[in-house]
Amino acid sequence: MISVIRDALIIAGKDIVSELKSKQTVGMMVIFSILVIMIFSFAFDPVDRIIRNVIPGLIWVITIFSGILGLNRSFVSEFENSCLSGLRLAPVDPVSIYLGKAAANFIFVSIVQLFSVPLLFILFDYKLKGSFIWLLAIIFVGTFGFIIIGTFLAGLAANAKNSEMLLPLLLLPLLSPLVIAAVQATRVVIENESFGEAISWIRLMAGYDLLFTAVCILLFEYILEDT
Amino acid sequence: MLEIKNLTKVISRRPIIKNVSLTLNDGEIMAVLGPNGAGKSTLFKCVAGLLKPTNGEIMIDGKKLKTGSVSAKKRIGFLGHDSFLYSNMTPVENLMFYGKLYRVNDLENKIERLLKETGLFLFKDVPVGSFSKGMVQKLAIARVLLPEPEILLLDEPHSGLDQSAVLFLNRYILDRKKTGKSVLFISHDLNAVYGLADRAVVLKNGKIVEASGEGGWENLDRLKTWYEQAVAG
Repeated sequence: MISVIRDALIIAGKDIVSELKSKQTVGMMVIFSILVIMIFSFAFDPVDRIIRNVIPGLIWVITIFSGILGLNRSFVSEFENSCLSGLRLAPVDPVSIYLGKAAANFIFVSIVQLFSVPLLFILFDYKLKGSFIWLLAIIFVGTFGFIIIGTFLAGLAANAKNSEMLLPLLLLPLLSPLVIAAVQATRVVIENESFGEAISWIRLMAGYDLLFTAVCILLFEYILEDT
Repeated sequence: MLEIKNLTKVISRRPIIKNVSLTLNDGEIMAVLGPNGAGKSTLFKCVAGLLKPTNGEIMIDGKKLKTGSVSAKKRIGFLGHDSFLYSNMTPVENLMFYGKLYRVNDLENKIERLLKETGLFLFKDVPVGSFSKGMVQKLAIARVLLPEPEILLLDEPHSGLDQSAVLFLNRYILDRKKTGKSVLFISHDLNAVYGLADRAVVLKNGKIVEASGEGGWENLDRLKTWYEQAVAG
């Protein structure tokens, strides 16, 4: 288990160093998320109370759509010079490759959220009424689930010719329960409503995360075969 | 000792490798020859663990090799047609990455030595994306040699190399033979085969059609004649 985590960290480190050099993926994701926020702030009146109700949903729309841009690249970049074959030949467990890729993707999406969520709050002149820590916890649990299933499906779709179109088609239906729970929990926390309601949504998200983490770890080995 | 027993690989209902058996003894250098499309690279990919054989088995020191097993991966080094190198990373970063995955000891010194031997030391901080084909091949060779595997599988290793790199690679292969390690290589260069290989097999349409005896060939012309007859026959 220690060697699996160690190898995963080496692979994640490689992806992060590679991204620090190129700045292509995170840069593209940040620009995309800022553009989406700007378009929403121009399209709707930010001071309209009804529009402000969509902010919890917007947080997750931005996270998921900008995240898909990064997920698409995470495995496609491994196909250049057949680097994925190099990883498969190395004495590492396939789970390490999966966890390493997922860890790097999680960091990239978190960086995007670091820019986009405060910008969303500023442009919509929105003030957090509830607990900041709980908001962070919900964003963490929701993003974790998104990255876990997203990284797995990105690996699966990377073999296909139209991987960039295939990934959202596979991912979005599977994400529905997580997105519903994340949006509802976020709404409860930022509006400082009854916290008991948020707990049940967080439990649903945690259950989703555990289930898909186990399934993806078990199945990832098979999607690497014959690539 | 590497043993390939009745190996068959079918891809898209087309048999690429048909019942191939061969044995590579410790300290032996064997060449796999054959025309394009004979199945040589597919055979190597099966042995390296990149492709799962449809039938047959691969054994190292009498133990059956399980595709994807971590211990087997440590013992085999594979140089394929692709470099497996990250274009936006430098040679040092690429070798550090693979070296850490293979848990290579004294990694920094080994990388420095290999880069000097392959003539890439001056380019150690230049992204691989700007390298020529020959330089990429040199670095790919350095990547394979870094963990010092017991069995080397080299698919056309001399392709694109300059004379000094060819000499380095040939010297390295012959040095390995002295330490009892084995090399299986694919080549279309019969001069290289004559200079290096103890034995050779000719693969044609997925089958071994000819296998030379031990002790090599009397001269290069004999080898050429032997190969031409095997391919024509």
